[in-house]
This record gives sequence, C-alpha cells and structure tokens, in this order.
Amino acid sequence: MTGTVRPEYRMLPEISKDTEPFWTGGAEGELRIHRCRACECWFHPPAGVCFRCRSRDVGPQAVSGRAKVAAYTINQHTWFPGFPPPYIVALVELDEEPDVRLTTNIVDCAVADVRVGMPVQVTFDRHEDVWVPIFRPVAS
Amino acid sequence: MTFVDDKAVITGVGQSQIGRRIGRDGIDLGIEAALRAIADAGLTPDDIDGVASYPGPVSAEAGFAGAATHDVRDALGLRTSWHLSGVETPGQIGTLLDACAAVATGRATHVLCFRSVWESTAQSAGRARALTERAARAGGHLQWRMPFGAASPANWIGMYAQRYMHEFGLTREQLAQVALNGRRNAALNPNAIYRDPMTLEDYLSARIISWPLCLYDCDVPCDGATAVIVSRREAAGGLRRSPISIEAAGSALNERHSWDQRTDLTTMAAHDAAEHMWRTTTMTPDDVDFAELYDGFSYLTTQWIEALGFCERGKVGPFLEDGERFSPGGDFPLNTHGGQLSAGRLHGYGFLHEACLQLWGDAGERQITKPVSVAAIGVGGGPEAGCMLLHREE
Repeated sequence: MTGTVRPEYRMLPEISKDTEPFWTGGAEGELRIHRCRACECWFHPPAGVCFRCRSRDVGPQAVSGRAKVAAYTINQHTWFPGFPPPYIVALVELDEEPDVRLTTNIVDCAVADVRVGMPVQVTFDRHEDVWVPIFRPVAS
Repeated sequence: MTFVDDKAVITGVGQSQIGRRIGRDGIDLGIEAALRAIADAGLTPDDIDGVASYPGPVSAEAGFAGAATHDVRDALGLRTSWHLSGVETPGQIGTLLDACAAVATGRATHVLCFRSVWESTAQSAGRARALTERAARAGGHLQWRMPFGAASPANWIGMYAQRYMHEFGLTREQLAQVALNGRRNAALNPNAIYRDPMTLEDYLSARIISWPLCLYDCDVPCDGATAVIVSRREAAGGLRRSPISIEAAGSALNERHSWDQRTDLTTMAAHDAAEHMWRTTTMTPDDVDFAELYDGFSYLTTQWIEALGFCERGKVGPFLEDGERFSPGGDFPLNTHGGQLSAGRLHGYGFLHEACLQLWGDAGERQITKPVSVAAIGVGGGPEAGCMLLHREE
C-alpha cells in the first residue's frame, strides 16, 4: 500500500499573526519556525515569548527542512471523504532542534516502510492560502 | 491524609440509565444521576449547596458536553453558595478536586459533581459527519493536527503507542489484555454496553483504526451520566454511607499542554500527576488494593499503570500478560466494571463511580473478592491527567 501523496481536501488552519509565517513560508519554499534570539532555541507552536527563557525577542526563521521521524501511526479510517486512507501521520523532530516536533504526513513512502529515525525533508502541499508542510523520505 | 487537610469526603454516587442510542438527552440523564447520587448520600436536593461539572458549555462534537452546571442546577432549583465548571482541568475529575477545596475552605457543605454524555444518541448520524460539519477551518490545538488528517485522538495516541512499542517492545497481544480484561469484567456488569465474550483472535482480527490501534482499543460512545457527592467531613457524620476519604490527589502538569511537544514521548501528563500524588502521601503503590484507570484508548491504561508505579518503567507489556490478575478475583483488580472500552465512554467519572461502589462493597456480581480499602483512580490521556487515591474508612 502506498500512502496518500496529495489528498483532495485538507481541513485548513485559522491563520493568526503568530502562525502566518509557519503556514505560508512554503510559498518561498521555506519552513519557518519560531526561534528565540536570546537563548537561540527553536520552539513550536509559535508564540510571542520563548517558553524556556521568557525572552520576548522571538520570531520566525527558516530551518533546513530536514527532520527525523520520532513516532508514526498509519491511519486506516476515513475521517474526511476527501482525504482517503491509508496515510501516515507522524511526529518529526527537526534536525536543528530535536525538541521541536511537528505533527505531519510522511508522503512518497509506502505505509509499510515508515520507521522511527527515518530522515525526511519538508515539502509543501498548497491548499488555498496555506502551504501545508509535509515530509518525504531522503537518503541519510 | 493530606489532600485538602482531610476536610472533604465522598458520601454518595449515582448513575443514570446507560446505553447506546437511548434517545434521552444529556440534561435529562444528568438530572437522573444527580437525584440518585443525592439520595444515595441520604441527602435531599435542599441540602446541596454547591455544584461542579466537566466540561461546562463548550463547543464540541455533539453530545460531548451533555449537561452544563447550570442545566442541572437550574432544573433542580438548587440554591448554592458555590458552583463551577471547566474543561481546562487536570483530567475530567479536575472540577471535583476543586469541589473538595471549596468544601474544605467553607464555601460549600455538600457539592453535587457530575459528568453527562449523550454522544451515542447525538451522533447517531455518524462521527465522520459530525467532523466534516465543523467550521471550515481548525483553531486551537486542532490547527496542528486537522490539516494532516489527524482528526482523532486515535491518531494522536496511536503515535505515542507506536513509539512506546518501538522503545520497549510492547506487543499488540500484550496491549490486547486491556481490552480483553475490560470485556471479561463487563460480563459481570449489567449496565455495561458490550458484555459478549471477546477473544484475542477477535481483537487481532478487528479493523485497524490507526495503527497500532484497532477498533477494540477505542472506547465506545454511549449515553449516560454519573454524579458524585463531595461533603464536608463534619457534615458527613450520620449520613447513609461511611464516608470515603481522599488520601491524595495528583494534578501536576510539568510541561506545556501539548499533544506533540512533550519531551519524552513514552510518557504523558499521567506521569506528572502520579508523581504529584505520591509526593503528597505516605502510602505507596503496595497499599493499593485495586485500580480504575482511564481507557478512552487501551494504551492510556498502560500509561497509568506505569505512571502510578504498579510496574517498572518500560515493563508494562510483561505486566499485562497474565490477564486473570485483573479480574475481581485476581490480586490486582483493574477496571472492574469493564472500563470505557466495554462499559461505555462515561468519560472519567465512570471509574470514580466504580471505585466507590467497590469500596462500599456494593458492586454486586463483580465485587472484588478480597477485602478492599484503598483504590487508585487515574483519569485522562495525553496532556490531560488527574489521579486520586481513595480510602474507605471503617
């Protein structure tokens, strides 16, 4: 079985000032994650303060888009008619800051082939004004 | 005893009719459970001067918020000195813990605490329809999951279960024991939703919802309400029941309230709450006679077992293998009413109700064989967790 690569429908997020860089960075091919300029740690979801050092000097910055699969599930149930199973939902950890995880899809990957530790690279699936960041396997 | 200086006790419990598609709404069921709990305590509605419920009037899938505090309070014409509802609480028992604090600080004497659901009737048109009829865009924490088709806690919890299996070798056969134990125990509970025997074969051949979780790892939506009366200790003397004291409670959350950013993916908020609870009592896991541990998904029970220290970290798989241990006749009775997997998704309060019945010796055919005086209750999953240690007084 192959995982769904691009579903016809995704329920899209409400976009706020804080989350707009994350959801639209794909227009320039960039995955933008909030980073604290004081302690230099990355964090997600985006917010106006660093949850570690409480600095307000924070903002979005492009990351490499490389990550590793930390956990996954193979969804077999139809929750949305326009998003047919099977598909892989995964938690990936960014190479820049493994503490930062994204819930995402792994695409271009047979559902039987996904593994913890698998190196992946971001790609984007545009729906309306949202560039949904999803990931595909790459050679380590 | 340390929780709220031992000033609050449980004096009565009650449950409404429970079933699938019974055609009654959440307020009707909430009223029924409330009246039964008040009578069980030997009180009348005029004695009730506080009300607390979970989750309050929140927008959610149909039937999830069965009755708000005011729905039941107003219907029964209660005059109160204190009331509360809330959804941002440590597990579904969170506002009940606050009711204990309200009683201990003199703001109320007898508090009616309840949780009502009617998801089965309200969603009889189907869960998928309920989801797709939502607003076109996802807000709050769902914005980080919905775009990826991760619409259900089965997806979110499936990922935690997968990582735990990867780290510690938990197998589906071992995880199955939570569901099989629930079904075995439900056979002795006349109010349970599913009472027909289930075999390991049935479990392993069931439809996968979100690997590694199958249909029988997910609880069953139902209609039903549960109510519990919390009373000030000095006001509990001479009531119908011998009071149940709250030896300790855990409500800690040591990380962000998140489904995906917790540092260690093989733990959950249950670990924070459990550590908090044990830190506030001289009792230890060895003092616990039986446990009622949340099973909205089977994997959550395994997290509570480990978090509460009933087995070593990483060892819940082997701990589960001998399923007979968890029956009413076993040495570690667990989810004796069948849990939410087989007795129905009463959403946390069902475990509290069952623990009280067992402690009072009123559990009928499923009464635990050995004498019991201490129960552990763990409620919630992911970033939601609250736990209690109940103690029946002689």
